[in-house]
Amino acid sequence: MSVSADSIPAAPSSRWSLSRLAHDHNVLGLLFLLPAAAFLLVFLTYPLGLGVWLGFTDTRIGRSGVFIGLENYQLLWEDHIFWLSVFNTILYTTVASALKFGLGLWLALLLNERLPFKAFFRAIVLLPWVVPTVLSAIAFWWIYDAQFSIISWALIEIGLIDSNINFLGDATNARASVIAANVWRGIPFVAISLLAGLQTIPPSLHEAATLDGASSWQRFRHITLPMLTPIIAVVMTFSVLFTFTDFQLIYVLTRGGPLNATHLMATLSFQRAIPGGQLGEGAAIAVAMIPFLLAAILFSYFGLQRRRWQQGGAD
Amino acid sequence: MTVSRRDLLLGSAGLAAGAAGMSMLGSVPARAQSAMKFTPEQGASLRVLRWSPFVKGDEDAWLANTKKFTEATGVEVRIDKESWEDIRPKAAVAANVGSGPDVMWVWFDDAHQYPDKLLDVTDLANDLGSRYGGWYAGPEGYAKREGRFIGLPLATIGNALCYRESWVKEAGFSEFPKDTAGFLELCKALKAKGHPAGFPHGKAVGDGNNYAHWLLWSHGGKMVDESGKVVINSPETIEALKYARELYQTFIPGTESWLDVNNNRAFLAGEVSVTANGVSLYYAAKNDPKLAEMAADIRTTNLPIGPVGQTVELHQTTTAVIFKYSKFPQAAQAYLQFMFEADQMNNWIQGSSAYCCQTLKAFANNPIWTSDPVHAPYAKASDTLRPNGYAGPLGYASAAVMADYVLVDMFAEAATGQRTPEDAAKRAEQRANRYYRV
Repeated sequence: MSVSADSIPAAPSSRWSLSRLAHDHNVLGLLFLLPAAAFLLVFLTYPLGLGVWLGFTDTRIGRSGVFIGLENYQLLWEDHIFWLSVFNTILYTTVASALKFGLGLWLALLLNERLPFKAFFRAIVLLPWVVPTVLSAIAFWWIYDAQFSIISWALIEIGLIDSNINFLGDATNARASVIAANVWRGIPFVAISLLAGLQTIPPSLHEAATLDGASSWQRFRHITLPMLTPIIAVVMTFSVLFTFTDFQLIYVLTRGGPLNATHLMATLSFQRAIPGGQLGEGAAIAVAMIPFLLAAILFSYFGLQRRRWQQGGAD
Repeated sequence: MTVSRRDLLLGSAGLAAGAAGMSMLGSVPARAQSAMKFTPEQGASLRVLRWSPFVKGDEDAWLANTKKFTEATGVEVRIDKESWEDIRPKAAVAANVGSGPDVMWVWFDDAHQYPDKLLDVTDLANDLGSRYGGWYAGPEGYAKREGRFIGLPLATIGNALCYRESWVKEAGFSEFPKDTAGFLELCKALKAKGHPAGFPHGKAVGDGNNYAHWLLWSHGGKMVDESGKVVINSPETIEALKYARELYQTFIPGTESWLDVNNNRAFLAGEVSVTANGVSLYYAAKNDPKLAEMAADIRTTNLPIGPVGQTVELHQTTTAVIFKYSKFPQAAQAYLQFMFEADQMNNWIQGSSAYCCQTLKAFANNPIWTSDPVHAPYAKASDTLRPNGYAGPLGYASAAVMADYVLVDMFAEAATGQRTPEDAAKRAEQRANRYYRV
């Protein structure tokens, strides 16, 4: 059997290059990244891309659409209900997030103190977060019922009011009511996450400050708050994202009523796309949410970068 | 021509069904011709997706009839249920992806959203129509497109006024007024006696739309004309809005937030004296021993006649469609034909306890309609039905306008005084134009 001279080094060379590849950090990194990247592509990038594409088409249920450029956005620009939903969403997100942050931080500070039955209280606080949203929304639906509200009933019994409160029938009341329900549900997430952050602050810092004569407000302002900033940034980003994209609470409580006063962009998007059959326009409304969501993420990104400030330097 | 065992069984089952129906009712017209025959494909099996029943007897009767079909033909039929509001997206997905149930019960103008995905059942529909006194025009309109049947009109879910007779008498009315003016006077009197009326002005898909459409149509208003041009901003609409404003003053507070279930709750709790609903409201009281007294006091009647001079209502309609992607179109047609034959259809209408009104005229004298006086107004549902988006064509625009609550919002705006009737009509016109644009 004759063997050509060229073929002899070929095998060791390929083995050598394979083994080199196997030890190449870049190649390995790419390989390990592949499953996650594929997952993200299939389940995140593709649906997102499809949504953006649908927003540029006139696709309807049962009929594939054609590219119509920015027509959906032009129509939305002239649609007062869309703008009302943008206003409602911003109001809902801003007020609910501010309340969740204030009350959540307060609760976290309380839970961080030496309390009897601390573990029990911490578990209890998580309950609103653990209960499925639809269930808590149905509970709130009864609480806010025009005829059978327990709040109205109790206040009438006490003698504070004469007739039922129109919780979900009046625009202002309805907005306040859905925000209250959202705050009730969202507080545990903020409180427990901030509590975790509080526990990472070394007690020695507080002790040193106390020895230096710092008041409790000064300790909070100059130790707790700066040390907590990174976690606040992350927690509030998530909280804002959850609130901005809320759907279930509104859908169960009001479906966007009364007179669209509680319609959020997410609920309007669903209403137009699925029951209304206009997938293109529904997708356009959903895509219109992206800039707001990006702004929230950027806010968090820059919040996280402010490390110098936390270490006593300027921003 | 060869006659298979299936043919024989199916043919004889249909004949037996017809004969049984005739003997039971004694009034279903004699068939001038024999039934069409569909031969189920070898090894056929069917999947049916329907809405979850509101009255248990409906499901029991449908399942019993299906079992008879399977026994007669050997075709297995699986019946799935979905909440009624989930039917629209499910049907849309099935139509879009070309896979899913063979037969589906869809609502309102759903079938007109994807007509080219549905099996043409004109021959079957004409066959049934010719043998059972013809289809009612309203439900037929929902199932027909460009002269062809894209589904079989299955049932109309009747809507009627439900009221407490003793309170109406207490308010000084010996009988329930038949016209809108008298109805307003009655509601004023009821309110004065502490028994307000209550109709939903919130985003109630079924009851809210029923009420809003009755208000509009009874006063001669309409969303679009025959060519699909939006004509909602009309003097008739303004009159309807003014009437709604006056009627609203007699309501229990909070109806702006009412969803579909709120009027049932308020009525059953004795908080309102009159509302509009399906017969399920009566049965909720009748089946609860604690509400026996109330059930005995409940009466029903058709919604009052307005200036237009006739009863016109939206009601809910359901159409049975067969998707073109079905591998067993013959079996699916055989199944629907079997279910529409007199024996099965009468059994189902009876089982539904007046919740499902017939779409074929021959079934109008089903004993269910006379078995309880409360049922009587629901018997006319298919007859008084006017299609959504009247007087224009059914399609995506009519469906989208309803889904966007254009009419419901218009009446809520004017009734609650948040806008003048003129402004409310103008806004509704703008909103409707978004969908009816050329």
